[in-house]
Amino acid sequence: MIDVPPPDISLPLPEKAARQRWPTGVTTLDAALGGGLAAGRIHEIHAADPDDAASAGGFAALLAAGVVGRGKPLVWLRERGAVRASGIIQAEGLLELCGTLPRDCLFVLADDAPALLRAGHDALRCADLGVVLLEARGPMPRLDLTASRRLLLAAERSGVTLLLLRIGAQPVPSAADTRWSVSAAPSRSLPANAPGAPTFDLALLRQRAGPSGLSWRLEWNRDQRIFQDAALSGAVVPVPADRPAAGGTVVHLPALPTAA
Amino acid sequence: MLHARRGSALRLVAVDAAAARLGLVGGMTLADARARHPDLAAQEHDAAADAVWLEQLGQDCIRFTPHVTLLVPDGIGLDITGTAHLFGDEAALAERVEDHCAALGLTSRSACAGTLAAARALARHARLPVSDEAAAIRALPVSALGLDAEATRACLRAGLKTVGDLAARPAATIAARFGMAAVTALHRLSGDEQAPSAPLQVETPLHFTRRFAEPIAHQASIAAALAELLDRAVASLRERGQGGRAFRLELHRSDGAVHALDIAAAAPTRDPARIQRLFAERIGALADPLDPGFGYDSITLAVPAAQRLDAAQSAFADAGEGDPASALAELVEQLSTRLGPGRIRRLIAQDSHIPEQAQAALPALTHPAAPLRLPAPAPGEPPLRPLLLFDPPQPVEVIAEVPDGPPLRFRWRRKLLDVRLYEGPERIAAEWWRRRGGEAPGGGGLTRDYYRVEDQRGRRFWIFRHGLYGERAGPRWFLHGLFA
Repeated sequence: MIDVPPPDISLPLPEKAARQRWPTGVTTLDAALGGGLAAGRIHEIHAADPDDAASAGGFAALLAAGVVGRGKPLVWLRERGAVRASGIIQAEGLLELCGTLPRDCLFVLADDAPALLRAGHDALRCADLGVVLLEARGPMPRLDLTASRRLLLAAERSGVTLLLLRIGAQPVPSAADTRWSVSAAPSRSLPANAPGAPTFDLALLRQRAGPSGLSWRLEWNRDQRIFQDAALSGAVVPVPADRPAAGGTVVHLPALPTAA
Repeated sequence: MLHARRGSALRLVAVDAAAARLGLVGGMTLADARARHPDLAAQEHDAAADAVWLEQLGQDCIRFTPHVTLLVPDGIGLDITGTAHLFGDEAALAERVEDHCAALGLTSRSACAGTLAAARALARHARLPVSDEAAAIRALPVSALGLDAEATRACLRAGLKTVGDLAARPAATIAARFGMAAVTALHRLSGDEQAPSAPLQVETPLHFTRRFAEPIAHQASIAAALAELLDRAVASLRERGQGGRAFRLELHRSDGAVHALDIAAAAPTRDPARIQRLFAERIGALADPLDPGFGYDSITLAVPAAQRLDAAQSAFADAGEGDPASALAELVEQLSTRLGPGRIRRLIAQDSHIPEQAQAALPALTHPAAPLRLPAPAPGEPPLRPLLLFDPPQPVEVIAEVPDGPPLRFRWRRKLLDVRLYEGPERIAAEWWRRRGGEAPGGGGLTRDYYRVEDQRGRRFWIFRHGLYGERAGPRWFLHGLFA
């Protein structure tokens, strides 16, 4: 009988350098993410419904231009079919949405899914970029676990963040750090019943090493370039001043003792 | 007819044949000319454009001789020593040049003489054609010497009307009376003295060929030959202080077929590894792979486009990844080579308020990164322009409360959407100044009334009514863009 030494489990795991994280500005969201969106990783953004393509695209653009990229060049890759389905990206609209534009924006149109993924992979290897936004429409069976791992390797090496915008696709196993579902939400109306700031319903479907299944309603504050919790920023019906809110009672708080 | 400001008056600087027949000459004030002929067509003279055109014409004339001198502002001197016989003789060459100019729509006068100065004076002042050069020079008026106005007037006052009259006098007397310039001009006309000339520089094209004793077909040998050609090309580029923007590789197959591969760089480069990578990319993107057949018997590398590239200090060892701008440029050229230059683009703002014409997507390969000249959005406002724009706009069916009012409900892509919030109209008029008769009422095109609307679920759209009710009956509605 050979004496098998017990496995040495005290060996420390190879320590990876702590990833830079970009806070979104929403406390609860950043807390759930452990400080913000990790740089050099993949974040999948699913449109909850194909009709929400513009909202999901807008959310991804906001992350790319306002949160993650911080002014570094942006590459936005699309398939040719995307233009017919959801229109041409407008520089002016992007600026109006984000309030600021990255130093340089490149827009790539690929013929088909393999060309799109290959171009995305090449872009991820360019360390000068801040964000690569890859817009993948339809199920795209090519974008499987192997392909996403390959993309992750390139992203980790260069530190470029990949935002994977999925429209009309079911979530499949992938190497993504976080997976979100985005849909449009009614905005807080401005005076004269005008549509207000962009508002999104956001669900964190999955997170590697972290809580998931949470949801938020976020409003983009362009002037401060942060997201805000729409519920906290006054989207609820204001309580009338002269009578109690329905179903509630008025509680008189005792006066605070004045400091001696 | 062209005019330009000379001193405090607008004067004619060039007149065409029709104007010359009316008795108009250069130097006359525009007001005088207008007084005589009120319906003159006069344009402002653009000297810079003329200079550019003359330079282009000079480059074009290199087909006749490699030694071309520009005689600013409106002449070209060709040194045809040793090239006339290629066209027959001097007369045949002159005829070719005149035909060439006529084909370009130019009126030209040409003369042939022993020196550039003499040929210039003869072409401008002599009665053509010239049979006896020396006699013709003697018969030239003194103004052909190109002296200043005062000296020319002094010559005429002294009774010296032709160059011959002046040349008959002793040089010392001429120098004393009319200045040394007159003597120099005379000597140059007679050929006793050569005027300095600055001929156009002819860039020899960068063209490198490697021929093989035996046709080669192996990838490794082709790569080795390409590496050798690239080394030669890079050495020449470095000598000139230039970098290549475009490269062309021609593979000549032994049966006569030629495979040409073109690549373009986003910035001038003379980095052989980078160029080789682009060629590899280009070969990978070919629809049908290169077929060497029985082998290639020669390979040519050409640099059709080169630009100035100063030597740069290479980074210290272990200094980092290198120049970030060049990393991005490499990505641009790599993707442009594989997908095509039109597929990787930058958005450039255009001078138009029509939404679909307000930007142009131009190849990133040829348009370097530049900040967008767009006004910053007003604080406190929601986005007023959509992120995504449909071109052409998509027709929608709209129900509005009142004909002129905002949409209440609309059908897009077979779905009925209820409008919860709206803002508008934002009225965008057509570009009537671009249309013929646009200034007349109703002639300028249809006005669009844009509404920013939000449906019950919170999706935001940009829809417009094409035409006011006063402009057309039953205007149609279109969905133009999607907000985030």
